[in-house]
Amino acid sequence: MSFLPYAVAAWVCIVGIYGIVTSRNLIHLALCLTVMQSSTYLLLLAIGYVKGGGPPIYKGVKLGTKSVDPVVQALTLTDIVVSVTVIALILALALDVHKQAGTVDPDEIREMRG
Amino acid sequence: MTLATLLPVQSVALALVALGAPAVVLSRDPLKMIVVNGFYGLTLVLLFVIYGAPDVGLSMLVVGTVAYPLVVLVAIARVRAPKDGEEDEK
Amino acid sequence: MTRRVRIGLFLPALAGFGALLVWAYTGIPSFGDYQGPYGFVLEKISAPLRHMDNVVNATTYDIRGIDTMGEEFILFAAVIGVVLLLRDDAGRSQDVEDDIGSDVVRVFGTLAIGAAILVGLWLVANGFVTPGGGFQGGVAIASGGLLLYLVAGYREWSAFGNETVLDPIKAIGAGGYVVIGLAALVGGLPFLTNFFGGGDIGTVWSGGSAGFVNWSAGIEVAAANVLLFSEFLEEYIVPIARGS
Repeated sequence: MSFLPYAVAAWVCIVGIYGIVTSRNLIHLALCLTVMQSSTYLLLLAIGYVKGGGPPIYKGVKLGTKSVDPVVQALTLTDIVVSVTVIALILALALDVHKQAGTVDPDEIREMRG
Repeated sequence: MTLATLLPVQSVALALVALGAPAVVLSRDPLKMIVVNGFYGLTLVLLFVIYGAPDVGLSMLVVGTVAYPLVVLVAIARVRAPKDGEEDEK
Repeated sequence: MTRRVRIGLFLPALAGFGALLVWAYTGIPSFGDYQGPYGFVLEKISAPLRHMDNVVNATTYDIRGIDTMGEEFILFAAVIGVVLLLRDDAGRSQDVEDDIGSDVVRVFGTLAIGAAILVGLWLVANGFVTPGGGFQGGVAIASGGLLLYLVAGYREWSAFGNETVLDPIKAIGAGGYVVIGLAALVGGLPFLTNFFGGGDIGTVWSGGSAGFVNWSAGIEVAAANVLLFSEFLEEYIVPIARGS
C-alpha cells in the first residue's frame, strides 16, 4: 500500500492532462492546469514524508525530533503562490483571445491570424 | 512494515483528493468548476496538514479560497458579457 | 488542430508518459522511507546555526534564498505580463455605480479587512517561528485589500489599488531582495549570505538578514497580488460601466 500516495499523484496529473486535452473552454483549461499542477505538490510532499515524522518546525519541540523533509515543502509552498500569477497570466491571454476571436473554445479559434 | 505505512487518516485524505480531481475536471461549466475547485483545494489542504506540511497547507488555503476564484470569476464575467452585438452566447 | 487529432495525439503521449512515470517510480523510496541527506542536515543546523525554528522557511529565505529569488522574479514577470495584456489606455472609470446595499456586509466586511491584514502581517512577521512567511502572509494581506472593494466599492479600492501606488511597492519588494543579497557582497561575503547571524530564537527578530528577505518577499507578493486583483477588477468593472 505504500505506493498509493504516488499513484494518487500520477492519477491527478493524468486527470488534469485529460481535462486540458478535451477542454472546450480556455477558462476550463486554465483550471485543469491547476489540477495538473497540484499533482506535483502531491508527489513532492509524498517523497519527503517520513513515517511518524512531525512538521519540520521546532517551536516548543525538542531538536532532533523526527520530522518530515523541509526541502520539498520549501519548493512546494513558493510554487503554489507563484502558480496564482501564472494562472492569472493564462486567463489574461484567454481574455485577449476572446477579444480578438470572440470565443474561448480552442476548436473555433484555429483560423485566427496573429 | 510497508503495509502499515499508510495511516487510515492519510488513506481517507488521499481518497478525497483522488475523487476531487476528476470532479473538478469533469464539471464543464466554469462557474460550477470554481466551487468544486475550492472544495478540491480544501482536500489538498487537509492532506498537506496530514503530511506534516502546515506551511504548504496555509499557502494552498489562502490561494485556493481567494486568488483562484477571484481571477476565474472575473474572466468568466468578462467572457459572458454581451460584446458589441456580434456574439451568440448565452 | 481538430479535437479528434488532439485526442489521437493524447493517447500515445499518455502511454509514453505512463511508461516514463512507472520507470521513475521504480527507483523512488517507498512512502515514508525518505532517505535524502539534505532535509536531515537542515533540520539539525537550522535552529542552532540560524536561530530559526521553522526549517521550511529557513530553507526558503536563507539556505535556498537564491532559488527563491528566481521564483520571486517569475512572479514579477507574470504580473507584468498580466498588466501589459489587461491594462487599458482608455483610462479607468471613476463614476461607477456600485453602492453596497447591505449594512451587514459593511460592518463585518470592515472588521474582516482589519483581521485579514493583521493575520497577514502576523504570518510574515513570525515566518521563522510558526507556519507562515512572506509568501503566504503576502497573499493574506492582498486578500484583505480585496475585501475593501467588496465593502466600500470600486472608488475606494482604486484609491490604493492603482499602479501609481503599487508599482513602486512591488519594485521595492523585488529590488529589496536583490539589495539584501548585494549587501552581503559589499561585506565581502557570498551573495545573499545571512550576515546578521541569528537573533533571538523564537521571536520575530530571529533570522538575521533573512528576516529582511522574508519581509521583502511578503511586500512583493502582497503588492503583486493587489495589482493582479486590481487589473482583473478593472476588466470586470469597465464593461459594466460602459454597458449601463
